[in-house]
Amino acid sequence: MGKRVLLVEDEPNIIEAITFLLSREGWKVESHTDGATAVERVNDLRPDLLMLDHMLPGKSGLDILIELRSDEQFAALPILMLTARGQMRDRAQAEAAGVSRFMTKPFSNTQVLAAVRDLMSL
Amino acid sequence: MASVNLLIAVCLIYVAFLFAVAFAAERAASRGRGNWLRSPLVYTLSLSIYCTAWTFYGAVGYAARSGMEFVTIYLGPSLVMIGWWWMLRKLVRIGRTQRVTSVADLISSRYGKSNVLAIIVTVMAVVGVTPYIALQLQSVTLSLSIFADPTGVTDGGMNLLSAGFWVALGLALFTVLFGTRNLNANERHDGVVIAIAVEAVVKLVALLAVGIFVVWGVAGGLGEMMVRIDSSEIGQWEVDSSRWTALTVLSGAAFLCLPRMFQVLVVENDDERHLHIASWAFPIYLMLMSLFVVPIAVIGLDLLPANANPDLFVLTVPLSQGQDGLAILSFLGGFSSATSMVIVATLALSTMVSNHVVMPIWLSFQGQGAAVSGDVRNVVLFSRRMSILVIIALGYLYYRVSGGSGALAAIGLISFTGVAQFLPAMMGGIFWRGATRVGALSGLLVGFAIWIYASLLPSFGADVVMSQALLDQGPFDIDFLRPQSLFGIEGVDPTVHAVFWSLFLNTSAFVLGSLISFPNPLERLQGAQFVNIFAHSGHARGWSGSVAESEDLMVMAQRILGGSEAQKLFRREAQKQGQDGHLPEPTPDFLQRLEREMSASVGAATAHAMISQLVGGTSVSVQDLMAVAHESAQMLEYSSQLEAKSSELSTTALQLRDVNAKLTQLSVQKDAFLSQISHELRTPMTSIRSFSEILRDSDGLEAVDKTKYASIIHVEAIRLTRLLDDLLDLSVLENGQVSLNPATGALLSVIDHAVTTTQAGAIRAITIDKSGIDGALVLTTDLDRLSQVFINLISNAQKYCKSENPTLVIETVVKHDEVVVLFTDNGISIPADKRALIFEKFSRINDQDGSGAGLGLAICREIVARLGGKIEHLPILKGNQFAVHLPL
Amino acid sequence: MSIDLNQPVFLERRSYRQRRMMDAVRLLPVIGLLLWLLPTLWSVSDDGGVEPVKMSQAIIYVFGVWVCLILSGGLLWRYLVAGGEMPAPLDADATSEPE
Repeated sequence: MGKRVLLVEDEPNIIEAITFLLSREGWKVESHTDGATAVERVNDLRPDLLMLDHMLPGKSGLDILIELRSDEQFAALPILMLTARGQMRDRAQAEAAGVSRFMTKPFSNTQVLAAVRDLMSL
Repeated sequence: MASVNLLIAVCLIYVAFLFAVAFAAERAASRGRGNWLRSPLVYTLSLSIYCTAWTFYGAVGYAARSGMEFVTIYLGPSLVMIGWWWMLRKLVRIGRTQRVTSVADLISSRYGKSNVLAIIVTVMAVVGVTPYIALQLQSVTLSLSIFADPTGVTDGGMNLLSAGFWVALGLALFTVLFGTRNLNANERHDGVVIAIAVEAVVKLVALLAVGIFVVWGVAGGLGEMMVRIDSSEIGQWEVDSSRWTALTVLSGAAFLCLPRMFQVLVVENDDERHLHIASWAFPIYLMLMSLFVVPIAVIGLDLLPANANPDLFVLTVPLSQGQDGLAILSFLGGFSSATSMVIVATLALSTMVSNHVVMPIWLSFQGQGAAVSGDVRNVVLFSRRMSILVIIALGYLYYRVSGGSGALAAIGLISFTGVAQFLPAMMGGIFWRGATRVGALSGLLVGFAIWIYASLLPSFGADVVMSQALLDQGPFDIDFLRPQSLFGIEGVDPTVHAVFWSLFLNTSAFVLGSLISFPNPLERLQGAQFVNIFAHSGHARGWSGSVAESEDLMVMAQRILGGSEAQKLFRREAQKQGQDGHLPEPTPDFLQRLEREMSASVGAATAHAMISQLVGGTSVSVQDLMAVAHESAQMLEYSSQLEAKSSELSTTALQLRDVNAKLTQLSVQKDAFLSQISHELRTPMTSIRSFSEILRDSDGLEAVDKTKYASIIHVEAIRLTRLLDDLLDLSVLENGQVSLNPATGALLSVIDHAVTTTQAGAIRAITIDKSGIDGALVLTTDLDRLSQVFINLISNAQKYCKSENPTLVIETVVKHDEVVVLFTDNGISIPADKRALIFEKFSRINDQDGSGAGLGLAICREIVARLGGKIEHLPILKGNQFAVHLPL
Repeated sequence: MSIDLNQPVFLERRSYRQRRMMDAVRLLPVIGLLLWLLPTLWSVSDDGGVEPVKMSQAIIYVFGVWVCLILSGGLLWRYLVAGGEMPAPLDADATSEPE
């Protein structure tokens, strides 16, 4: 059975690209655009991997990450974080908050796929 | 009964003894065995010349007349000494480093070595001190007369005036002999100092002896004495508060300003540490001098006839009790007080007169001055000796003319008020860098004029110099200018009145003059050196020095410093410069040192003038100015380093903190801006990269998908381009580099153009109501830019107006000199907390719709500002309203 | 070793004390002035009803203040000389004293 990936991202075109890439590999991709309700969505969906944009409307990716990691059931959830801001500080903060992988946009498709495979096999 | 002849014999023996002491001291000093001559004890005792015959005799008379008030004359100096840290410390340090020779020299040197100031101070000092010298002569002759007629009622038929003459002659002789034996480099007089120290002991012992005799010999003990004091006519506290305060302040000021006090305090000071000891030791002396004043006065009032002169109680009380020996001792005490004062005062004044009046005149008569032959040293010595004789002669003349009238204390106070006029210029000079020559000059002249008018002239009594009418009604019947109630101040004690007005107006003129005038470079340099004397021990640089020939300087220096002294100085300098011969190069440093050495002999202004004659030209050239500026800058730096603990540094630290906070804030802003730009650029690039890789790497894509993905790439590329355009546009606008192309056109057509442009590619339809636009409005502005603003506003409304029936109303309102274009939509109002941000860069109110980078309104604001107007968002109940104000 | 470690602390304390002593030196004339201006507030004989201050009391007060000032000045001087705080004669201490 295909594993479920939840993509929280507010750019429709990026959602489209990632959905295309991951579906082709046999994963089931759900997307969500609102930061404020993202945690609820994770709770409902119980994905095997969470892809999280750093800058989201409603609530920032970092805050969502911190909230999830503070919840025991999501302590081990692989989380791949994407950012377009390219600030060293963002990476440091995310790593401190317990992100599994951190990637800066724009990424190459092979990079993303490799990262997702990596995280799924854990 | 001791005869007058016996007294004169005693006096002569005493004077011979003083001569011997002074002579021995000079010999010891010249043989280098004079260390004990310069001990703290001698320094402290030499300060006692403050206690003159006025205090020796006059204090008792003063107490008999006005009770405790006499003590204020001692309280002021005690406070000044105890507060040495505040003023004396600085004064002594300046005096020593700058080789100051007198009050006049200090003031002249501080204010740019101005000879005019020096002359004025000298004249003021001579005028102020001459009555005081006369007072000493009077007290000596008066005390002699007492032995002729112990009741003190008449002068005993003695020829007082001729006695005064002989006393004056004797004093002049002593002063000339020991005060001008040589011109020593530090202007110090070992013989004189040791003689006045001996006299200090004599007068203290004499007064204490009389006091002890009175308390235990006459009254019968301390307890009985106190009872007698309380039951006497001065047994109650009857001091006028204003006089008490004014006299305390006045005596403190005079202590600092009196030429003779300056001489012993500063010029004769050998070691600053002596000052620290004197700071508590001299108050002991003062206290002992005043300890028995009231008892002697009380007993005198009790025992002697009512018409006896209370000024002479110190003599008449022992005489009336048959204590001739004690009376003679007491007489010697008074004699000591008078002689030591006259000697030092004359010495100080003669230095001033010679350095600041005689020498400059002599130099100017010489034409080429310093360059011609002749021994200047002899001229200096001669002029000093003549000055001494002239000053004592003036004192004697004053004594003869005034006929020995007036209570001793009154004359003393007038003199005090006169010299206290130096205080503002002196204190301002050493504490305030902003003090200028003009300020000092005006302060001194104003204070001196008021002193003469309100204090000195009226003191001669009505109808002597000033008529009774003048005193009563003022000059030309101007009530306002009555000498003893100036400016309508009535009922104030004349002394307090004169002290207050002279010092107040003096200080005011000094401060005002300093504030409005501008100092010359030399003044500024000297000011900095004086005020920062503790921070900066370097030397002023005044000489460019290349013109002066070393030989000429040598010739001049020999004539002023003396042959061997000058040779020693030159050889030392040559060695310091690493030269073989005896002549050093005339470097600025050397010239500076030479000037200072010479100023110890002839005063700063004269020394400066002499060197400038040799060095040639004006003393301050462009190079000097540069040097001065450089020096000042260095000093500033230096002092700010040193005042590490002062407020200056903490202010700097505060400023630094501010700057740092600003920088941090800017850096935060810059970071935020960069990460925003990064985000805006990377987001479309992510889609582009991803889809282009999909197109490249994926085989067998549907044609529909291919088209779709390619168009996504296309849209995102356009978005990137637009973003870059906006960014460039904004940066040009923000840097003010934008060039406007003003044209005249109808406002309506600009709006029409904007509406057409936006409607063309619109996805959502919005109804636009243009009925409220005044079609006649014509503007002269950059119409393209204006159109850009309108397009932005209209497309914003199109994008964000989420109403079922979206409507945008555009209307114009004309107010005074501006037209306001209003854009009102019926969408959802921007939340209050976001309103402040909408014109900032990258502020997107509606995050859901990521099509804009959030630069549009920021660009609008910049454009409108360039066009001379402003744009604002107005909150309305439902919807949003943007108002564009444009100048007409 | 422990002596070495303690020494700076000791010096620190000492120089702090020295500084406060200098403050006292600066303050002394101000106190003196205030005390000596106090007599201006005393009632004089023509103040109705109030008993004027007796001359003997006035003498004791004025001279008492004097003695206190001299003693304080002398003691401070001794203390500072012992502590080496007193400025050395000229050129040695151009930097030692904060203005």
